[in-house]
Amino acid sequence: MLCPERKGYAKLLGAEETLLKQLAMTIVQLCEGTAKIQVHMASCLPLPTDRECFRPRIDLIVFVLNLHSKYSLTTVETSLPHVDASFFLGKVCFLVTGVRKEPHSSIHMDTIKKLATTYHSLLLFGDLEVECFRTSMAQRLIRILQICAGHVPGLSALNLLSMMKPSLEPILEEM
Amino acid sequence: MDEIVAEFIRRTILKIPLAEVVKILRIWNFLPESQLKTLNLRQSKESVSQEVVELCKKKHASMKEAAILDIIYHQTCQIKKIWIVYKMTKAPGEEVDLFDMEEFKDSFKKVLQRTLKNVHISFRESEDNAVWIRVAWGTPYMKPNQYKTTYVVYHSQTPFVFICHCRIKKYIPELCQALMTAGSYHEIRQMELRSLYLDSLKAIVFKQYNQDFQTYCTPLEERNLETEIVDPRIIHENMKEKERIQRVTREAFGDYVQPRIEFAQYKLETKFKTDSKNGILAEREEPFRCLVKFSSPHLLEALKSLAPAGIADAPLSPLLTCIPHKAMNYFTIREK
Repeated sequence: MLCPERKGYAKLLGAEETLLKQLAMTIVQLCEGTAKIQVHMASCLPLPTDRECFRPRIDLIVFVLNLHSKYSLTTVETSLPHVDASFFLGKVCFLVTGVRKEPHSSIHMDTIKKLATTYHSLLLFGDLEVECFRTSMAQRLIRILQICAGHVPGLSALNLLSMMKPSLEPILEEM
Repeated sequence: MDEIVAEFIRRTILKIPLAEVVKILRIWNFLPESQLKTLNLRQSKESVSQEVVELCKKKHASMKEAAILDIIYHQTCQIKKIWIVYKMTKAPGEEVDLFDMEEFKDSFKKVLQRTLKNVHISFRESEDNAVWIRVAWGTPYMKPNQYKTTYVVYHSQTPFVFICHCRIKKYIPELCQALMTAGSYHEIRQMELRSLYLDSLKAIVFKQYNQDFQTYCTPLEERNLETEIVDPRIIHENMKEKERIQRVTREAFGDYVQPRIEFAQYKLETKFKTDSKNGILAEREEPFRCLVKFSSPHLLEALKSLAPAGIADAPLSPLLTCIPHKAMNYFTIREK
C-alpha cells in the first residue's frame, strides 16, 4: 500500500522542545517497520538558511501550542507568515496541549479556534504529557501525514480538509 | 526544676524529628552520653520527650540550658520562618577595631537590658566567627515569654546580620541599637533580601554561590550528551538557536546551582502605559500601583530553566537575573 521508496516528512513546530521531542519519539516508534517517516523539529520560522540544501519537501506542518504558555502562541503567530500559502490546503494543522488543567490557561480557547479558522486548518486537541494520549495523537498524525504525502490512493490533503470542514463551520457561524 | 522549664524542654523535644533527637542532645552536651544511650527511641515521641524531661529534672536544668537547646534545634533543623538580612555600616573615617567576642556579648546584653526589663538573652558561638543570639521578650510586668523569641545571627568579620523576627515587632529598634553599639557600628539598614533559607542568604551576601563552578562543570556536559536524540529519523532544525539560549542562560545564571529563595516581589509605581487615548486608565498622572510576586519552591532554578524549556525568551529580564548579584528580592520600580 505504501510506496517503499518515498518517505513522509513531517515538521513539528513549537516553543517547548521537550513536548516536541517526546511526540517525535512516539511517532517514529510507532512507525517502526511499517512506514518511512522523518520528523523535523523546529522552534520557530524562518528556518536557518545553513541547512537549506538538505531539506526535503515537507508534507505536513504541525504547530504545537501549549495553553499554559502565552510564549508558545506568540512563537506560532510569528512563524505563520513564513509558511508558503500552498501548505494551507490541508497540510497544516494546529495541535493544542495542556487542555486538562483549564484554570491555569494563559491562552483563551477562542483565540485558538479563531486561529484555526483564519488559517483554514485542522485543530487537534490532546494532552501530550500523558503517554496514552500522546500515542493516540501520534497515530492520528501518522494517518494524516500518510494522506498529505500522497501515500493513500484516492485521498488527498484537500479531500481530508473538506471532509473535516463540517467541524469548522459551526465556529465560522459563531463569529 | 521549674515547671515552665520542664514544659519548654518537652515542647522543644517534640518539635525535633525523632531521627535527630540524639544528635541534638549530644551537641547540647547537658545529659551524659551514658544516659543518651539508654534513651528508648522506639516509643512514641511524647514518651521520648517525657523521658528526656525526667533526665533533665534530675540534673536540675535551668532556663539558661533550655535556651541553648532551643538554639541548637534552630541551628540544626530547617525552620519555617523568614530570615531578613540587615547591613551595618561604620561612620566615615572610623577605625576598624579588633573584634572581641566576649566584649560583644557583654555589650549587647548590657545595652538591651538597660532599655528593656525582662529580656532573656542567650548566645551560642558557631564556627566561622558567627554567633547566634536568642532573645525572649517580656514586659516590665511579665517574665520573658520563651515561646516568642527573636533569633539573630551575626558574622563578626562581616557587616551583615540575619534576623528571624518573632511576632512581637515593637522591640526591633532596641534590638538594632544593641547590635550597633556592641559591634561598634554607626548605622543599620534592612536590606531588601528575605528568605526561609538562611544558608542561601549567606551564600548570596557573602558572594559564595558561584564557587561551585568546578564541581558542576562535568555533570552539565554529561547531561547535554544524554538528551541528544540519536534517532536519524528525527532532525532538530534550530540547533543554533538552542545553543544560543543555553549560552545566554549560562551567562546570566552561571553553571552552578542557584541559592534557594522562594519568592521575588516587585512593587510597581509606574504610570499606566497604553496606546489608545481612550479608557479610564489612559492619561492618568498618578502611578498605577501594582504588586507582582513570583513564588516557587526554588525560584532561581525555576527562572534558569524557563528559556531552555521554551516557556520564555532568552535573555530574561535583568530584573529577574540580577537577584543574586544585587542581593535583593524585594524591588520597587518607579518612573524613570
